[in-house]
Amino acid sequence: MNPIIHAVLAFLQTWWVELVCGVVIVAVVPLVAGYLVLLERKLMADMQARLGPMRVGPHGLLQPIADALKLLIKEDIIPDHADKMIFWLAPVASMTAALTAMGGIAFGPSFLVARDINVGLLFVVGVSSMGLLGIMLGGWASNSHYSIMGSLRSTAQLVSYETAGGLALISGLLLAGTLKIRAIVDAQEQYGVWFVFLVPVAFFIYLVASIAETNRAPFDLPEAESELVAGYMTEYSGFRWACYFLGEYANMIVVGAVATTLFLGGWLRPFPHVRWMNWLDAVPAVFTAAVGAYCVYRAGKQPVRVQVWFMWGVALTCFAVALILGVPLLVAPLKFMVPGLNGAFWFLLKISAYIYVFMWLRFTLPRYRFDQLMHLGWYILIPLAIVNVLAVGMAMILEMQYGWNRWLAMLPTTMITLAAALYLLYLNDKRAAAASSAAPPPEEPSTGDSYAG
Amino acid sequence: MQDDAAQNQTLLGADELVLNMGPQHPSTHGVLRVKLKLDGERVRGTECVIGYLHRGVEKIAENRTYQQFAPYVDRMDYVAAVSNGLGYCEAVEKLLNVEAPPRAKVIRTIMTELQRIASHLVWLGTHALDIGALTPLFYCFREREEILKIFEKYCGARLTTHAFRIGGLQYEAYDSFEKDVERFCKDFERRIQEYVDLLTGNSIWIGRTRNVGVLSAEDCIALGASGPVLRASGVKWDLRKAQPYAAYDQYKFEIPVGTNGDTYDRYMVRMEEMRQSRLICLQAIENIPAGPILGKVGKVLKPPAGEIYHSIEAPKGILGYYIVSDGTTQPYRVRIRPPSFINLQALDKMARGHLVADVVAIIGTLDIVLGEVDR
Repeated sequence: MNPIIHAVLAFLQTWWVELVCGVVIVAVVPLVAGYLVLLERKLMADMQARLGPMRVGPHGLLQPIADALKLLIKEDIIPDHADKMIFWLAPVASMTAALTAMGGIAFGPSFLVARDINVGLLFVVGVSSMGLLGIMLGGWASNSHYSIMGSLRSTAQLVSYETAGGLALISGLLLAGTLKIRAIVDAQEQYGVWFVFLVPVAFFIYLVASIAETNRAPFDLPEAESELVAGYMTEYSGFRWACYFLGEYANMIVVGAVATTLFLGGWLRPFPHVRWMNWLDAVPAVFTAAVGAYCVYRAGKQPVRVQVWFMWGVALTCFAVALILGVPLLVAPLKFMVPGLNGAFWFLLKISAYIYVFMWLRFTLPRYRFDQLMHLGWYILIPLAIVNVLAVGMAMILEMQYGWNRWLAMLPTTMITLAAALYLLYLNDKRAAAASSAAPPPEEPSTGDSYAG
Repeated sequence: MQDDAAQNQTLLGADELVLNMGPQHPSTHGVLRVKLKLDGERVRGTECVIGYLHRGVEKIAENRTYQQFAPYVDRMDYVAAVSNGLGYCEAVEKLLNVEAPPRAKVIRTIMTELQRIASHLVWLGTHALDIGALTPLFYCFREREEILKIFEKYCGARLTTHAFRIGGLQYEAYDSFEKDVERFCKDFERRIQEYVDLLTGNSIWIGRTRNVGVLSAEDCIALGASGPVLRASGVKWDLRKAQPYAAYDQYKFEIPVGTNGDTYDRYMVRMEEMRQSRLICLQAIENIPAGPILGKVGKVLKPPAGEIYHSIEAPKGILGYYIVSDGTTQPYRVRIRPPSFINLQALDKMARGHLVADVVAIIGTLDIVLGEVDR
């Protein structure tokens, strides 16, 4: 046989799982991201007393597809003085980083996306940070003032918050003692408690840092539409713009998955070890069935026939999922499927909750200013994260060497960190007060002619 | 390639970066163009370029009769058309030496105060949006819609209403006018609490507005700033109290003033003004006097030769009309003192030394409408 074909076959034999996973990620994530946008718009509309997208498809459900099509067929514009090669490459880099990071994530005990790498979490966090490169280069290559300011902001912001977020992750990793995704969740099962309850401050720091890392409000300074038009994306349109967008939403899923894995117990159900809570195993099936039933109830109230059909469609899908989730519970030979299916359900539920918090904050809070953002990062979050790491280390020593009870050991950790947080906030207030009483900037005579066009 | 290199050199090597903000920009409230001189993100100087919406309103006035010109003033500050109309009608009445009947005055007062609330709602929504809070905008426009519905029922138009006529009113208040206004005022008390909950105590909001764009009382007076901008600096000057017009002398209300003259104070002053406007409306609908709605003015207006200046407290500040009559049916000259145009002068003083993000907040807090700035 031709040696090339041979080599290809050998390659495929070793890597076919990863290849299939890659294809699945590239095929599924854009769709998920599109519907995440729709969900966000719907949630925003709900909080703002309006309806949101309603025109394309029933309740605007085809809106993401219409948007994607529009973006694909849009005229491809590259500004005259742009650095074409980098301009072309930047959004791709941004999107690739986010999608590659998805490869390291496990969506349940049996749904490991690519493979259980021994540096799993490090891989995910590291690769997703590479997206920064795309943002930086994109702003640079556009050769526009707004773009470069956006990308400078973005660089500073990501470097600072990556530090805080990384330190927060270390607090969790100290407890887990491993970087492997699956082993981290196993560790939480052994502890019998999600790490968020042992190191709540670390979780909080990671939450804030991950919002900043994904450029979401109130930290969306790199693309602040009221200041920098669209920041680093100002000159982008069409498919390239969609790449950035996709990268941003894929990144949200990634940070959600990291937080879920490390702090929220991954695919474990609440109270994994409490026997009398075993009825929680039935929750996924019952929950989806209830959603289906609600859709049937709503179907009768829809004004248009298409919407009635649609509601029935959703209901039937829900029932089918409920069936898949429920049957293994009842049929003994299929019992081995329960942990995997339920695990995926809980995992997705936790990611959704995490992303919901992101969206909720976005609709509620005004945007930080750049200096405030930097102060928050460097004066509060990073010192706090360092204190937290040290305190967790202390607690581990107390527990392992002196045999303290785990909760007793962890309590002072949280107390110390909260005390540090209060002190830092006090310092911050003092600094702000000092800054505001400082003399105003020196007067400069206005040299420009206001009437010159 | 050499071109590219040269461009990059000026882009990054220069100590000062000149950024053109506008006329196409999401937060310049229309077609304002601001040339920002930046050192990094810090603003070293600003330069406003205006005139993109110039329509020559003052010149148009010279070729129209007094009545014909009335609708044009609605197009200056188009989010507060009723107030513009009130100022113009009262100025011409003063010139003609006639007075609107008491009933007309009270209805004018109610309409103008509703318009003040509507204008402040537009300011609040867009100001919050500029600072990054997405949601207040929709809440504000929900309430504004109620006011616009009242206007629509009253005179058929929502935005450029031309609600008043020289000498009084053209339309009688419709049957459920009092009831509509009362219902709005009752609801509004609860609604305003929603904005307060979202913004007033929010530490990000406070961080973005406290000590941003500070104007001292002396600066304000030197620049001729008026309205909430002036009052937030601690100067208690409101023409509704100082030189009462329409029916304002009949009602009890407070003039809110600030202390620091920063963006947060201006926010608080405008919020309180909305509450006070609501109280004025509630007092006014309790007792609308009966009687005619149009005073004794002829079909053809021929004011005696002379000149007049009349100013009112529009939502954005002092709106003045200076009219010179040569005894014909058309004014010889109309000069308008637009509050937005004069308040906008303060931008450079306020923005210098702040960051780019603050410029956006400062443009928002000045509450300019480009239709009025450019006329």
